[in-house]
Amino acid sequence: MQIPVSEIHEIIDREAGDEGSIISALEKIQQHYRYLPKEALILASQRLGVPLSQAYAVATFYNAFSLKPKGKYCLQICMGTACHVRGSTLVLDRIEAKLGIAAGETTQDKLFSLETVNCVGACALGPIVVADDEYSGQMTLEKADRLIKNLMKTETKR
Amino acid sequence: MNRLQDVKEFQAHQTVLAAGWDESKPCLRVCDGTGCRALGSQKVLKDLRDELDKVQLNAEIEVVGTGCPGFCEYGPLITIYPQRISYLKVQPKDVSDIVNQTLLSGEVIDRLLFTDPDTGEHIVKEHDLPFYIKQKRSVLAMNGRIDPTQINDYLALGGYSSLVKALTSMSPENVIADVKTSGLRGRGGAGFPTGLKWEICRSNVQTVGTGYIICNADEGDPGAFMDRSIMEGNPHLVIEGMIIGAYAIGLSQGYVYIRAEYPLAVENLKIALHQAEEVGLLGQNILGSESDFDLDIRLGAGAFVCGEETALLASIEGKIGEPQPRPPYPAQSGLWGKPTNINNVETWANVPGIIEHGGQEYASIGSENSKGTKIFSVVGKINNTGLVEVPMGITLREVIFDIGGGIPDGKEFKAAQLGGPSGGCIPADHLDVEIDYESLTSLGAIMGSGGLVVADEDTCMVDFAAYFMRFTQEESCGKCVPCRVGTKAMLETLERICAGDGRPGDIEYLIELGEEIKRSSLCGLGQTAPNPVLSTIRYFRDEYEAHIADHTCAAKVCKGLITYSVIDENCTGCMVCLRNCPEGAIQGEKKEVHAIDADLCTRCGMCMSVCKFDAILVE
Repeated sequence: MQIPVSEIHEIIDREAGDEGSIISALEKIQQHYRYLPKEALILASQRLGVPLSQAYAVATFYNAFSLKPKGKYCLQICMGTACHVRGSTLVLDRIEAKLGIAAGETTQDKLFSLETVNCVGACALGPIVVADDEYSGQMTLEKADRLIKNLMKTETKR
Repeated sequence: MNRLQDVKEFQAHQTVLAAGWDESKPCLRVCDGTGCRALGSQKVLKDLRDELDKVQLNAEIEVVGTGCPGFCEYGPLITIYPQRISYLKVQPKDVSDIVNQTLLSGEVIDRLLFTDPDTGEHIVKEHDLPFYIKQKRSVLAMNGRIDPTQINDYLALGGYSSLVKALTSMSPENVIADVKTSGLRGRGGAGFPTGLKWEICRSNVQTVGTGYIICNADEGDPGAFMDRSIMEGNPHLVIEGMIIGAYAIGLSQGYVYIRAEYPLAVENLKIALHQAEEVGLLGQNILGSESDFDLDIRLGAGAFVCGEETALLASIEGKIGEPQPRPPYPAQSGLWGKPTNINNVETWANVPGIIEHGGQEYASIGSENSKGTKIFSVVGKINNTGLVEVPMGITLREVIFDIGGGIPDGKEFKAAQLGGPSGGCIPADHLDVEIDYESLTSLGAIMGSGGLVVADEDTCMVDFAAYFMRFTQEESCGKCVPCRVGTKAMLETLERICAGDGRPGDIEYLIELGEEIKRSSLCGLGQTAPNPVLSTIRYFRDEYEAHIADHTCAAKVCKGLITYSVIDENCTGCMVCLRNCPEGAIQGEKKEVHAIDADLCTRCGMCMSVCKFDAILVE
């Protein structure tokens, strides 16, 4: 993917100014592209006067950042304690098996990314799977299968 | 609106708003917090407004989206004013009945009411729900009543009066003295006396001439969401607490460090900051006084360790969240080397109440050394998952059984885990413990931020301990060896035990290593990481021994120690499990008893999940 430099400049412009703004700039870039393109990381480091080593350290330290592009659909499996005691591990295992990837990976067709998250705070609904900001609660293995099937169906229809 | 120029203008404005606040007028208050949103509250809100439009009642009956009142298990929640009828689990299909039957005909809809599980009786009014009766809601008092995106709602109910009181009739020293008298201790977990913290910071600020105050809203403990609900449901309460703190300590710049994983809280906080600034409660010369205070938001980027104060400061400075050795404490040398006062969301949210009613009144609630109320998020194997605000000193039994409604499906209570990855568990024998900082610590748990996870007979305590250890091992920043390597070694041992490869001496090894990690780690994360393991060994050593010596997992959780089989008498030969088994490990013909091949079975639990005849046995 070709990233227009002017677009990155615009994002950084909005965040520049405050001390310590590298993290918020990278957050905005991550939000925009759903990952941190190399060009953006370099540009952010130059523009904000932060050594590239520090920008890279930040990008790899925090869970919110990814150096690789994400899939079209992002499935987040909540691994909070309430979800855990209600069986989220089984749900994760199932979805990993179904998609053929481990948590943290993206399918080869770039359709699905699978992530685990530490508690989305909707504990009454556990186990929870969040598919692109939509919460599916009280997950069972069957419901997990159905969720993926439905997403795939939406995709083939397009 | 225009900035309020002075206290007089503020009071006049507030008087008008208070007079206009009328809870005897018909109004539908719909919880629109994250929990209820996940259950569909946004659609319910929209449909309610459309339906009222249709019957032309939209001018007379208001529909308000509020913050979370706490009863998450039964969301989406609606409270109908003025009667305060509480409707639970409301779905879009119920909307027309609510409008036509309740609003137009005055009939109560039984199916949307809470049913007392003991008596079968329907409970109509919100304040009669057993979930709320034993609570003492002061920090959460406005959650569920006000629209968090409207500063006028907060003002109408007396919001920012405590700030005015502090600015007009109390010196900074008096404010600190009052907070000290209140006995308020840090709600983030460690329980350090808040007034003392402010006093130390103030004296350093006076020497250095500058500094910062910070709200730690990086609520990272899995299973804890009280800070999120305060910020979503009543962000001005936190802002007011911080302005009072800034006045007391003598500072004019603050930050709220908040998790990016809480988008709604961030949004509502942003709106609130904007509104507070607009009316002159933030910025230069607050309400015409000499005090200035600017408050900015910093988003966390998903690192648990940033809840630790020195790591949090590094993160605000744009660095990776690695903790620093203390001393120097942030009050001495914090953000950009300046004196910094950090309190968590719930602590700040307690401040306006203390100033309003006086420290002494606040100190009259609670136990000897722990004053006021504490919010717990009661989750896990519990009937009434939700947020609970209770006076310190209440027993754990009351929280879990009277408020939480006990354990679902008639299962046996096993333990309550408090304090998340830094905490420990409390078994059934100690259910009558009165909750305060010291009593919980003496039992091997901690108050923590208030996550209270209930485990039942189906929870394996070894797996539970491994879960927390996996969490801290992943979240360890890697700076110090005891935490980086030690948690890994503990996790490997626990995983080995869960896989059925436990060895004699493993328990002793875990204890020895755990104690060493606690002693030698750099920051709070490592110093507390072994706690979940040590406390489960303390109370459930027999479970560890059964895993190691007998290769059994009584809760039937650990995959290495269980087998799946078919109960011949129950199996109808319906072939559902056979078709669903991802490994092809089930054989059988239609209408004939099936069998599971133990060698092929990966114990994924699919057959159990799909069988409608209880014909799958795990042992």
